[in-house]
Amino acid sequence: MSTNASSQIIRTGSGARFVIYTILALFCLYYLLPLYVMVVNSLKPLSEIQAGGMMALPGEWTLDPWKSAWSTAQIGVAATGLKPYFLNSILMVVPAVAISTVLGALNGYVLTKWRFRGDTIVFGLLLFGCFIPFQMVLIPMARMLGLMGLAGTVPGLIFVHLVYGIGFSTLYFRNYYEQFPTELVRAAMIDGAGFFTIFYRIMLPSSGPIAVVCIIWQFTNIWNDFLFGASFSDFDSQPMTVALNNLVQSSTGVKEYNVHFAGAIMAALPTLLVYIVAGRYFVRGLMAGSVKG
Amino acid sequence: MTITTTRHRAGDDWLRNALPKLVLSPSFAMVLIFVYGFILFTFYLSFTDSRILPSYGLVGWENYTKLFSVRAWGIAVDNVLIFGSLYIVICCALGLMLAILLDQQIRAEGFIRTIYLYPMALSFIVTGTAWKWFLDPGIGLQAVVRSWGWESFTFEWIKDSDMAIYTIVIAAVWQTSGFVMAMFLAGLRGIDNEVLKAAQIDGASNWALYRRIVIPQLRPAFMSAFVVLAHMAIKSYDLIIALTGGGPGTATELPATFMYSYTFTRNQMGIGAASATIMLMSIAAIMVPYIWSELREKK
Repeated sequence: MSTNASSQIIRTGSGARFVIYTILALFCLYYLLPLYVMVVNSLKPLSEIQAGGMMALPGEWTLDPWKSAWSTAQIGVAATGLKPYFLNSILMVVPAVAISTVLGALNGYVLTKWRFRGDTIVFGLLLFGCFIPFQMVLIPMARMLGLMGLAGTVPGLIFVHLVYGIGFSTLYFRNYYEQFPTELVRAAMIDGAGFFTIFYRIMLPSSGPIAVVCIIWQFTNIWNDFLFGASFSDFDSQPMTVALNNLVQSSTGVKEYNVHFAGAIMAALPTLLVYIVAGRYFVRGLMAGSVKG
Repeated sequence: MTITTTRHRAGDDWLRNALPKLVLSPSFAMVLIFVYGFILFTFYLSFTDSRILPSYGLVGWENYTKLFSVRAWGIAVDNVLIFGSLYIVICCALGLMLAILLDQQIRAEGFIRTIYLYPMALSFIVTGTAWKWFLDPGIGLQAVVRSWGWESFTFEWIKDSDMAIYTIVIAAVWQTSGFVMAMFLAGLRGIDNEVLKAAQIDGASNWALYRRIVIPQLRPAFMSAFVVLAHMAIKSYDLIIALTGGGPGTATELPATFMYSYTFTRNQMGIGAASATIMLMSIAAIMVPYIWSELREKK
C-alpha cells in the first residue's frame, strides 16, 4: 500500500488524535475479544466456565482440554479426538493447493501471452464459476463422485476443491501476467523458444509473489471449507471443520466448553499462522479476489 | 528431403498453435462440466419429481409453487434480506470509519491492520463456535455480567426466535468488517491529493473535505464491497450451522441451510434444486454485471 495518506493534507488537532487513538484501540479489543475468550477458556477447568468466569484468566491453569480435544474427545461415534481429522485436512489441502496453483499458472500464462479469439469469454466463464452458490452443484457432484468411486474419500474432496479452486488461481495468475512485458515473450519466441521453455525460463522465475498469494488463498479457503466437507465425506474422511462442528454440536453428555475452545483453536491455528507469517500476501489475495487489478 | 522437412515443419506449426489451447483445455473442460453442466442438471432437476434420488419425471413449475408456499422458505428469504442488508450496511459503515481513522498517519498502523483483519483467516465454524458460547446466556456475556454484580442483566438473543438472526449479523460483521476496512483504505490511498489541497486552500473543513471529495471518490470501493458482501450473505451457510444450527426452531433458517435440509434430510430434492436455482439467479444478478464491467474495462 502506498503511503500518500489523504491525511498529509487533512490535519487533525491533538485532542482529535487522542479520540482517534482511543477508538482504534477499542476496536482492537473488539476484534481480539473472541480470540481471548477461546484461548483463556481452553486453559481452565470446566467448572470455572460454568461458574460464570468466562472473561477471567484461569484460576487453575490446565492443558487437559487441549489433550482431550486432540486425542480423546468424542467426535461423532468415535472417541478419537480431532487428530485424525486434522490429518485428513492436511492430506486434502496439500495436493488440492499444489495442483490448482500449477494449473492456474499455466492458464494465466495462456490467457495473457497466447491470446486467442474468445479468450476473454473463456476467462469470464472460469471467473463466474468462483462465485456460484455451491448449493447448485451439490446434487450432481454427489452422484458424480459416486460414479467415480470417490464418494466419501479424501481424494474425492481433493477433486472437488481442485475443480472449484481453478477459477481463483487462474484469476490471480492472469491478472499478474497481464502486467508482465509481452515483448520479452516475443523476443524469446523469435529466438526459437517454445511454449514450455518460455514458461519455465521467463514466466516462472518472476512468479514468486503471485504464487505465494495464490497458495495462501487456496490454503485458507480449502482448509476453512465446511460445505463440501459436510456433503462429500464419511466419518473417516471428514476434514477438521466438520469434525469441530460435530464436537461442538454433540448433544450427549456434559458440554465441555473448554474442550470446544481448544478444538476451535486447533482448527484455526494453521490458517492463523499463515496469516501471521505472510499476512501481506493474504491481504493482497483478498483484494485481488474482490477489487481485481 | 525437402518434402519431409516441410511436412515436419507443418506438424510443428500445428502443435505450436494448438499447444496453448491444449494446456488450457483440461481446466476449461472441468469448469464446463462441473460448473455449467452441473448448473443445467440442477436446473433440470428443479422441474422434476425428484425425492431421495434424482428422478426425471417432469412436473413443470410445481416445485417452485410449492417452494414459495412453504413457510420455512418464506422465513429463509426474510432472514437473508434482514441479515444481508444489516450485514452490508454495518460492514460498510464500520469499514469506512476505521479506514478513515487509520488513514490519519497512525503510529503502528500495520499492527492495528493486522488485528482488524485476522478474523478473515478463520473458518466460519471457528467464528461460530466462539460466538455461540460467548452469546450463550448460561455461560457467556449474560452470566459474566451477572457474576460481576449486575444481577438483572439479560442478553438472550441467541435463544430468542425474534432476535437470533441479529446474533448472526454480530458474528458475521466481526469476521468481515476488517476486510471491508482494508478495501476502503486501499481506495483512500488511491485518491489524488491535488484536489484536496485546492479545496483546503478554499477553506473547506475536514468534514466537508471527506463528505464532498473523499467519500464520493470511493465509489469503486463501495461497489466492490457491496458485491463481495452481498454474495457472501446469500451463500452464508457455515456460520449459521455453527452458531445457531438454523434455530431456535427455524428462526435463523437461510436459503443455503434450507436447500441443504430439504435436499439431503427431508428428501425433497426437487424443491431443494428449485431453491438452489433461486440462489444462483440472485447471485448472478449481482455478479454478472460486475464481472462484465470489470472485463470490459480491462480491454
